Amino acid sequence: MQSLRDTWLLFKHYLTMTMRNPVMVIVGLFQPIVQLLLFAPLLEPIANTEGFPEGGSIGVFTPGLLVMLGITGSLFVVFGFIAELRAGVLERMRVTPLSRLALVLGRLLRDVVMLLLQATVLVGVAWLMGLRADPAGVALSMLIVVLLGLLVSSCSYAVALILQDENAVASVLNFLILPILLLSGITLPLTLAPNWIQNVAGVNPFAYAVDASRALFIGQFSNPAVWQGFVVMGVLAFLGVFWAVRSFRQGVA
Amino acid sequence: MIILETKELAKSFRVRGRLVEAVKGVTMNVQAGEIFGFLGPNGAGKTTTMRMLTTLLKPSSGQATIAGIDLFTNSRQVREKIGYVSQAGGAEGASTARENLILQGRFYGLSLPDAVARAKELLAALDLEQIADRPSSSYSGGQRRRLDLALGMVHKPKLLLLDEPTAALDPQSRAWLWTEVRRLNAEGTTVFMTTHYLDEADALCQRLAIIDDGRIVVEGTPDALKRQIVGDTITLGLQFQPETGQHVQALLQEQSYIHSLEYDEQAIRLVVDRGAEALPKILRLIDDANVHVQTVELSRPSLDDVFLKQTGRSLRESAN
Repeated sequence: MQSLRDTWLLFKHYLTMTMRNPVMVIVGLFQPIVQLLLFAPLLEPIANTEGFPEGGSIGVFTPGLLVMLGITGSLFVVFGFIAELRAGVLERMRVTPLSRLALVLGRLLRDVVMLLLQATVLVGVAWLMGLRADPAGVALSMLIVVLLGLLVSSCSYAVALILQDENAVASVLNFLILPILLLSGITLPLTLAPNWIQNVAGVNPFAYAVDASRALFIGQFSNPAVWQGFVVMGVLAFLGVFWAVRSFRQGVA
Repeated sequence: MIILETKELAKSFRVRGRLVEAVKGVTMNVQAGEIFGFLGPNGAGKTTTMRMLTTLLKPSSGQATIAGIDLFTNSRQVREKIGYVSQAGGAEGASTARENLILQGRFYGLSLPDAVARAKELLAALDLEQIADRPSSSYSGGQRRRLDLALGMVHKPKLLLLDEPTAALDPQSRAWLWTEVRRLNAEGTTVFMTTHYLDEADALCQRLAIIDDGRIVVEGTPDALKRQIVGDTITLGLQFQPETGQHVQALLQEQSYIHSLEYDEQAIRLVVDRGAEALPKILRLIDDANVHVQTVELSRPSLDDVFLKQTGRSLRESAN
């Protein structure tokens, strides 16, 4: 009960903070929208190539961008978080009787709500550019994006608590982000890739999220990629949140 | 009544494979109603101890209770009893003082109307009304500190823990904070604070523990600690002739109230009992011998002398 009340309290607080200075939310949307406007048209000529998945260029590209939004947008929550750590805000909260679980969940809830907002705008822009996807599939994709956001946000917080330094976090992000994005088949589908890349991508959990979203966008609810995507993202999101809760419980310098 | 009690509280960290003992065993009692100071140089283990006492850090060994509640098995209950102001402060810069205080009140379970009322009360008490609705990132160091203190007092804690409360404060804000801490204490709040300022420990704390290298080296009231240092110091600046030193030494040697005498080319330093009484006698003796005294200085033992005696180092030097 107390956890619920505290989570709600912190969620409202963090949401107010974000709304007061929504720069990060807008910046986070900028990259996927530029990709949509400037890169999606480049895919059109190859959309009929053998090996290109069903759904047309924009129908294949948009679900990939949703996943990209979930990864990049959620990674950048850590910068505000580290500034907060440094100012002692989290430490002050940890000395109050606030539920330890709420300290993490309040934040994650805010991150997920902002991510859903961004994702909705992104799909809206894609729709204006001619996307015609299965509405129920799009809604289920949003659920995948939520799980993905939970996973990435909570891992980011846990890593930030270990590193406690913006520069170190920025280097780690730069190191990880490009291979993750390329091996998820977000920009160009992995069905076009040579076998060895497909094999490497097989262990990249984000590739499962992309495949599941793509299947959902064209209404293939019984495609095995769908349940696989939900299972992989669900399990990892749970583990991620667990890790973050543990890290928040333990020391914060 | 004891409000805070620790027994052999210790914390070690593993840093790059090496075991670092930050706190090696701290045993102390803080009585309800006092201002208790934890004085020591940087790196002595003050902040680590503070972090254990505020439930932020689990100790490697030892015990601690606050108001009789075990700090580590009942952390949540302890958190309701203590207020904490860290060195960093911890106010949300993008929020106003009022918003910070209302939210903090909510953290302690106050209803929204109660939290609003309490915030209003604190803003008035700590003279923050003028700036209450400006983002706290725009505050001066002193204003910020007032907000930090208000945040620690939202739930009227029995025990207020202050970590280096006046570090990096301007003299005016420092004086204000001392007054405020005394006022809170007079109203019944027990205060436990760390500091590396000798004058602060001396002026503010009713009792203090000197900590060095992870251990308490000595504990007591500032006066009792200073009384351990034998005697006051008198420094006489003289118009010096080559034989003056020996001459004066011969003159003063028989006086039983003088413990020791040293001299160099500018001055004679004496350690004496009851300096205020000894000084006129000494001046008369020297005057009778026609030695011309230019300057006189009488100094009571300071906490730095206590620290020096206990650790062999000066706290002033350690701080730099």
